[in-house]
Amino acid sequence: MARDTAVREPAVRASRAVRHRGALAVFLVPFGALFVLFYLVPILYAIYQSLLTVEREGTFGPAVQVFGGLTQYISVFQNEPFWASIGRVLLFGVVQVPIMLGVALVLALLLDSPLVRGSKFFRLAFFAPYAVPSVIAAIMWGFLYSPNLSPFTAVTGAVDFLSAETVLWSIANVVTWVYVGYNMLIIYSALLSIPQEIYEAARLDGANQFRIALSIKIPLVVPALVLTGIFSIIGTLQLLAEPQVFQSFSNAVTSTFTPNLTIYSTASVPNISLAAAMSVVLALATFVLSFTVLKLTQRRTAQ
Amino acid sequence: MTVSTDTRALRTQGVKKRPARDGGIRESAVSRTVAMAVMIVATLYFLTPLWWLLVASTKTRGDFTTTNPLWFADFALFDNIAALVTYRDGVFLQWLGNSALYAGVGALLATLIAAMAGYAIAKYTFRGRETLFNVILGGVLVPATALALPLFLLFSQAGATNTIWAVLLPSLVSPFGVYLSRIYAAASVPDEIIEAARIDGAGEVRTFFTVATRLMAPALVTIFLFQFVAIWNNFFLPLIMLRDENLFPVTLGLYVWNTQVSQIPDIRALVVIGSLLSIIPLIVTFLALQRFWQSGLANGGLK
Repeated sequence: MARDTAVREPAVRASRAVRHRGALAVFLVPFGALFVLFYLVPILYAIYQSLLTVEREGTFGPAVQVFGGLTQYISVFQNEPFWASIGRVLLFGVVQVPIMLGVALVLALLLDSPLVRGSKFFRLAFFAPYAVPSVIAAIMWGFLYSPNLSPFTAVTGAVDFLSAETVLWSIANVVTWVYVGYNMLIIYSALLSIPQEIYEAARLDGANQFRIALSIKIPLVVPALVLTGIFSIIGTLQLLAEPQVFQSFSNAVTSTFTPNLTIYSTASVPNISLAAAMSVVLALATFVLSFTVLKLTQRRTAQ
Repeated sequence: MTVSTDTRALRTQGVKKRPARDGGIRESAVSRTVAMAVMIVATLYFLTPLWWLLVASTKTRGDFTTTNPLWFADFALFDNIAALVTYRDGVFLQWLGNSALYAGVGALLATLIAAMAGYAIAKYTFRGRETLFNVILGGVLVPATALALPLFLLFSQAGATNTIWAVLLPSLVSPFGVYLSRIYAAASVPDEIIEAARIDGAGEVRTFFTVATRLMAPALVTIFLFQFVAIWNNFFLPLIMLRDENLFPVTLGLYVWNTQVSQIPDIRALVVIGSLLSIIPLIVTFLALQRFWQSGLANGGLK
């Protein structure tokens, strides 16, 4: 919208900008300075740190940081636990993200349909878990999963939610529980912006709610699904709080369970340069993956 | 575009085929039941853990494992709260206060700083405006957890880890806030009003504070709320930055207690009641401000 006005009256706007240079500085400098200090500089510093390596003279000589080129990156690529953790969160994402977004979509469609009464209550009930911090959600579900504490002893007696095979999916359930409502709300907001008359016309024609949802609503909320999908992928690769908490409940959650846990434990060794290189690789992987999803879905919607 | 032509086609057919509506109604009695059943199952899934937490918080230590987990036994909520706030000289209250400080002050300043930047980008033309906006937009895709380690490296260079500033300063940056402010300012602050204020002799900065902020209020509340939740829920940054227990936010404090449950079993009851108390402020805030954030999400979240 701002772009449109700018195109219409470029002369006026350009002169105004020069005239109000002081005001612009007041508006932009605080954010700009903080953004540079706490976004750009840390990223650059992490890259710089990842290019260093520690050298010692003899076994007991003092450690000296020297420029090591891509030494740390070679170590990252040879670091099996790191890649195993990337593989684990990718598997997690392939299963959990579609389930979470599928449930969010179905609930949003139901809330938006005339089939459901009391949609305001349901909307808030589904959204409530979003107000629970990941750490607290993980602690709570950890109690619910524990055989000796759970209110559902019949279930926890039959299935061990905290074993090496199942704990990844138990964590997936915690993440799903927290974020379904948030994603549902974003999809629901997109549904609300569809003009009502489209439905009336379809209903007059005898189309049932299922048909309306399938052929009118879902195609129109694809952009919202892409947006929520990308944020979910980012969140999955960055998984940290839930597995960190689950270490107290299950021995199966190792210190290299997710990439961020690997980075954290590497940094606490302390092997800062290797951890920095891992952070850079993880950030690049996150960026490439979310960018790919964006491009792929854009191409599909365009066709 | 295709949708609107379909609509017209549907509408003309709809007039001819009136009887089809009866079929629609008969079917919807079944659909309605199925839809409500899905909603109720979903409500149980989302609210049962919270209900369990509430019930568990009211129980005595003995009743915790021996009575029905989903219903009340002897009501000991106030005893539990008293035990929590007096444990180790009230360190829990300190944590709650720290969270309120980090999230309250952080979100307030972050909203103001982001609003000024978004407003300037929307309402003034200057060289590099689009580049600046795109860089900030890229910042939206950088997750907080990815920045935690780089920030730690930077703060340790400055010798500022384990201080309030290490947690507070990085949370003042909200790229999403700038994005939302820009969209909202472009749509809701007319150029004519700014021009009129200018003719009245009001300075640019004053116009922003007296006129623009009022028009941007729904967006500002949304930014504040989501930044508040993001800071309140933040875990990795405090985990990596803070050593001094007295600086912990409540999420980190409860995490640490939860890791000690196996050594100090009595602490479990405190973790449960502490979890409940730590989410109540968020749920109350969300409920109180729902009108704002729901419209804020609808207007800005998806453009």
